[in-house]
Amino acid sequence: MLHATDLLGGEAYDRDGHFVGQVNELFIEPADQPNRVARVLLGRGKFLPLIVRYDHIAFVAPGVIRLNVEEKDLEHYQPNEAWLAMRKDLLDQQIIDTSGRKVVRVNDIDLAEQRVNGTVELRVTQVDVGLTGAARRLLHGIASPGLVQGLATKLPTRVIPWEFVNLIETDPLRRVKLRITHQKLERMHPADLADIMEALSPFERQSIIASLDEETAAEALAELDKRLTTQIVETLAPQKAADILEEMEPDQVADVIADMTPERSRDVLSEMPGEEAREVRELLKFEENSAGGMMNTDFIYVGEAATRDEVVAWIREMDVDLERLDTVFLIDREAKFSGAVAVGRLLFAAPDERMESLKMEPLLSISPDAHDKDVFALFDKYNLHSLAVVDALGRPIGAIEVDDVVTRIRHR
Amino acid sequence: MPDGPRFGPMAVLGKPEEEKQAPETTPLITRWKLVPGWVEPWRDRLSAWGKRTRFWRRRLLLFLAVVGPGVITSNVDNDAGGISVYSQAGAMYGYALLWSLIPMTIALYVTEEMCARMGVVTGKGLSDLIREEFGFRPTFFLILAGLVVDMGNVCAEFAGVAASMQLFHISKYISVPLAALAVWILVLRGTSRQVEKIFLAACVLYLSYVLSAILAKPNWLEAARDTVIPTLHLDGGYLLMLTALIGTTIAPWQFFYMQASFVEKRVSARQYAQARMDVLFGSVSCMVIVFFIIVCTGATLYVSGHRIINDAGDAAQALVPLAGRGAAILFAFGLLNASLFAASILPLSTAHVICEGMGFEAGIDHKFNDAPIFYSLYTGMIVVGAAVILIPRAPLQKILILSQVGNGVWLPVVLIFMLLLINRRDLMGDFVNTPTFNVVAWVTAVAVIILTLVLVYVTVLHPSAMPGTSG
Repeated sequence: MLHATDLLGGEAYDRDGHFVGQVNELFIEPADQPNRVARVLLGRGKFLPLIVRYDHIAFVAPGVIRLNVEEKDLEHYQPNEAWLAMRKDLLDQQIIDTSGRKVVRVNDIDLAEQRVNGTVELRVTQVDVGLTGAARRLLHGIASPGLVQGLATKLPTRVIPWEFVNLIETDPLRRVKLRITHQKLERMHPADLADIMEALSPFERQSIIASLDEETAAEALAELDKRLTTQIVETLAPQKAADILEEMEPDQVADVIADMTPERSRDVLSEMPGEEAREVRELLKFEENSAGGMMNTDFIYVGEAATRDEVVAWIREMDVDLERLDTVFLIDREAKFSGAVAVGRLLFAAPDERMESLKMEPLLSISPDAHDKDVFALFDKYNLHSLAVVDALGRPIGAIEVDDVVTRIRHR
Repeated sequence: MPDGPRFGPMAVLGKPEEEKQAPETTPLITRWKLVPGWVEPWRDRLSAWGKRTRFWRRRLLLFLAVVGPGVITSNVDNDAGGISVYSQAGAMYGYALLWSLIPMTIALYVTEEMCARMGVVTGKGLSDLIREEFGFRPTFFLILAGLVVDMGNVCAEFAGVAASMQLFHISKYISVPLAALAVWILVLRGTSRQVEKIFLAACVLYLSYVLSAILAKPNWLEAARDTVIPTLHLDGGYLLMLTALIGTTIAPWQFFYMQASFVEKRVSARQYAQARMDVLFGSVSCMVIVFFIIVCTGATLYVSGHRIINDAGDAAQALVPLAGRGAAILFAFGLLNASLFAASILPLSTAHVICEGMGFEAGIDHKFNDAPIFYSLYTGMIVVGAAVILIPRAPLQKILILSQVGNGVWLPVVLIFMLLLINRRDLMGDFVNTPTFNVVAWVTAVAVIILTLVLVYVTVLHPSAMPGTSG
């Protein structure tokens, strides 16, 4: 197994054994093949640098590359943004480890040799982010290769296979040229994605959010530290910000917008569809530390005279997040809140049993102006999962879920 | 996308929104009538005042949200080693060195502001940036130099704790382990917010030096004049003291710590103006405290001829007959505060430098298991620092000398790296140095580097002549 550290700074000789130049850089062309070393840059001091193609390499060893062509067959170097440079773009830079779900720094790059049609091709297998890579970088050129190798075997290894490496590139055009996609990021749990984003710099965070699809971006933003969420949303163009915020729950959107400057929040709200913007504006009226500031306007309520079968059929047709559904609220004939039914009860109820016979005791609700401490007290005392928020007329206008309570309590 | 409450089966009969009217709530006026009549005009005045000052209150709140890293980093500059040097400066030369405070404030502000700017704009620590832009080996050697220098300083801090408690007749075998334990628990258990608040409180406690100076009854007019009008003596000792003052004020670990604090606090580029104000406030307050320390010893020890003192502990003891026990106690208390404060921050800064540079998790907000190397480094430095002081006949002088030499290697490299990084448009965008700032920054850096190298040269060749280290 070869390493990038072994090859960079090594010497290149042509077919006849003449010295051509020093290996200054190794390039990968992701548009062509994602892991092959496509080009090698040779520096020649005062003379113009030359480029070696992958099919010119006859032999590779630490510190030495032998070509199968003469020097005159090599091209002159032209910078190309579609090439990924190992020394400049990978070594010592941060990358996202999509399997370990964290941000790490590259110490060294491991390469494998492959014989193809009589030439040698180098392929990137994995990235070294641990002490072996660090030791090799430190001692390269100072200690003998045998010593370095011996030391490396004694140290613990931490490597990431190349297919799990997600590069961080802030320039959107270059992202396209390097074929950087974030499909693996989109499959991650939003909380893990938020953790990764918190470890990056502001530029990098913006670039990741900009390249994710809106739904994933919204889920990640919902899990992110509130300060960071506000910073990110403020930096985005209002239209893009609105597109992402539309995918979030109205109460989360209200939280983000409440911390923005008035001009920016106006810009973003004006880009959102009227219905959603109106809901957010309603929520913004409530104080952050009140029940109204914690509630979610997205909840389910059914008439108390509905039967179990009717309710189940109706929920099936709706676009409901089943992972978070645990309570169905009931209203009476005057649209006033009249109770709550645990979804678990629906499992075992008779098909024609009416909702009002399944409701939980006691009948609890709270006004939107109530202090958040009162909300916490109710949740604790009655072991609630959700609490209905009702207006002055007794009509339900929102619901507070237990995960909102947990988040609020943690951040006090 | 879910769009609010959905009506289920058995929809409501009638139209509730229009039928019912909102119940009568008690009118506001009735409530206020229950309050005495004289309250009303005051409420009006208060709300009128509130409207007028809204602009300034908002600015103050924005500032308070950011303040912390600048003030803390600058004030911890006045650590046990620093206070020893300043006490000696006052004792040996009276007010003659006060003129250097204004140039030093400028130098401190200029260098610290660059770190604050880098932290706020790039969102990365200094060690991170150096690793990304200059590679692995330079980072590794910087880390090594930093470890040597900081370890020496941590020993000096615990020595300061021991010396200050000596005045209260508490043996170092009690005070030092207690101090080490307190400092360790603070960082291990505290969140970054709590720790920041405690550090800010420690900064306020530095005011004890102001009181101490007042009790020393100095000639304020003379001190003020000497601050503004330079008096340059050309004897070797004086010049050496001058270089020691600079060397103790500009320390690379401050740069790493300040940048890491702004990053951990997630201050954004939008809050740059407040961050800069924080750094300005910090540098000025730091030098103000130095002024009072020098004035305090200058008015007492220098005047009475008691000019040779070894360190700050000696200075506190010597103050007793000259300015009263009150002044001495305040001075010793200031030393204790400074030593504890620095004993927590220095190992933190070093742990940040090492972990950022080598790619390990770092930060007070992590649990021990999430950042084991960070916390182990911190613990290790505290244990070694305290142990060195407790071992009888420990070679503290040699350690301090080694630390000075390390600083001479470390400081020039860090300053040059900083200046190179801050001028990179691809990193800093529009926040690169303006040409004027660049001139000031480079001149400051070159001056500081030359003075530091002189200090190292003298330290290695004439250790007994060194202020702050005479044995």
